[in-house]
Amino acid sequence: MGFIGSFAATVWATTLAVLPIVAILVLFQVAVLRRKLPNLRRIAVGFVYVLLGLTLFLIGLQDALFPLGETMARQLTATVGSSGPNAAAEAAVDWTDYVLVYAFAAAIGFATTVAEPSLIAVALKAQEVSAGKISAWGLRIAVAIGVAFGVALGCFRIVTGTPLPWYIVAAYLVVVAQTIGAARFRSIVPLAYDSGGVTTSTVTVPVVAALGLGLAASVPGRSPLFDGFGLIAFASVFPIMSVLAYAAAASWLGRRRASRSDTGA
Amino acid sequence: MFRRKRALTTVPVSAGRSKARLQGGFLRLRGYLPRPLLALGQRVLGALRDLAPVIAVVAFFQIVVLQQPFPNLADIVGGLICVVLGLALFIQGLESGLFPLGEAVAHAFARKGSATALLAFAFCLGFGTTLAEPALIAVAAEAATVAAEAGAIAADEAVRESYAFNLRIVVAASVSFALLLGVLRIIKGWPIHRLIIGGYAVVTALTLFAPDEIVGVAYDLGGVTTSTITVPLVTALGVGLATSIKGRDPMLDGFGLIAFACLMPMIFVLGYGMAVAQVGSL
Repeated sequence: MGFIGSFAATVWATTLAVLPIVAILVLFQVAVLRRKLPNLRRIAVGFVYVLLGLTLFLIGLQDALFPLGETMARQLTATVGSSGPNAAAEAAVDWTDYVLVYAFAAAIGFATTVAEPSLIAVALKAQEVSAGKISAWGLRIAVAIGVAFGVALGCFRIVTGTPLPWYIVAAYLVVVAQTIGAARFRSIVPLAYDSGGVTTSTVTVPVVAALGLGLAASVPGRSPLFDGFGLIAFASVFPIMSVLAYAAAASWLGRRRASRSDTGA
Repeated sequence: MFRRKRALTTVPVSAGRSKARLQGGFLRLRGYLPRPLLALGQRVLGALRDLAPVIAVVAFFQIVVLQQPFPNLADIVGGLICVVLGLALFIQGLESGLFPLGEAVAHAFARKGSATALLAFAFCLGFGTTLAEPALIAVAAEAATVAAEAGAIAADEAVRESYAFNLRIVVAASVSFALLLGVLRIIKGWPIHRLIIGGYAVVTALTLFAPDEIVGVAYDLGGVTTSTITVPLVTALGVGLATSIKGRDPMLDGFGLIAFACLMPMIFVLGYGMAVAQVGSL
């Protein structure tokens, strides 16, 4: 087997992954809309590019992105185990020992989100539609803070081993309360809900997932199966909250400014 | 030529595409290099920019905080080169082939197709894009590995692969259903927040009954599914639809499909976990 064999296997797997969407688009174009395919050659070449690209990406993912997240989790937790005798460590994990992990998680969450291209596009659109009441930069920072806080809190949850649903359901309750209170800026609500899904990109997801799994494997008493997942869920829910909070703040500031200028005039 | 034609037909909102158009403008400025090569070079730069924050943060913690050598640095660098090249080729292929076709079909259905055909298209679109989503392939495989290591499923490779594949099929079905519901919502003009809040309630209720080991995976898969392929095509469908129906605000109605595509996988995967626990096998 070796490299060629695993490369061929990955090409086959990616072909199976990409074929359905190509078949669906072609079928609807030709059979339902009854139109000719525009530029067949271009589509064929694009398909080959997609196959090759996805194959290379998946290989690189196994070799680089997953190990990167796992190694960081291991190295950042290594200082904790060596600091003292582990007699009591099994019984009680002190969450304050893992501050470095939270800092790393927050930094990864913030940096990847601020630079996320699809978020930039959405933020510019929101600025345009809200007639400048929402600034693109403000929205991006709000989402990035949401992701950073979410991923760091997710790491805290893995370290303490507290149940994931408590956090997520509590976050849902906050979102619901914010939505009900958002009567004055209703138009931002769908955008806020979408921003949660948009922020977790193809590069970020594997690194963050591996960080969680590596952390759960390193902290005594935690298992990857029960505790390792959930970071991406945090990264998806918290931006909704921070965008709604940002919209509320922007709307409140706008109203205050308006009422000030009214009384001044 | 092709590029100019497309720029006229696309709706300006689709996320991530404005970057492509920007790069297209840049591309025309430098007419002296072979075009495909130059386009690919632009994609490589784009992929590097996506990766840069991750590398910067990791490097900062390695050099300033941990002050340790990174193990297997050569392997990691080789892998990162694969990731950059792979992403560049992947995006280039999507932009030149699948996205123009997908957006044209999505707009055609949004403009005139019958409601049944439109719903059928939305359903199939969700299924197809989700199966091809790279992050989902990666996380499903990782979930299978973790489950096998913990003994929740047999450690046999065939079992792992079928577990990962089943997860992807379940998620793809859930995104299909989500788009169906989302398009119905846009047509009927239902308020989005009631549906989302209802969805949260269902997730919460199912969590009480689902086996613990599926909960984390289920919650994560919601955020994982909406990525490189799904977001542009689904946004094109939603915005096209909201602009073509009278009395619909693209801002209020065009967004929101992604939110459904994020929520529905949680419900379906939790349900799948319960079904597997009931039957006792995969």
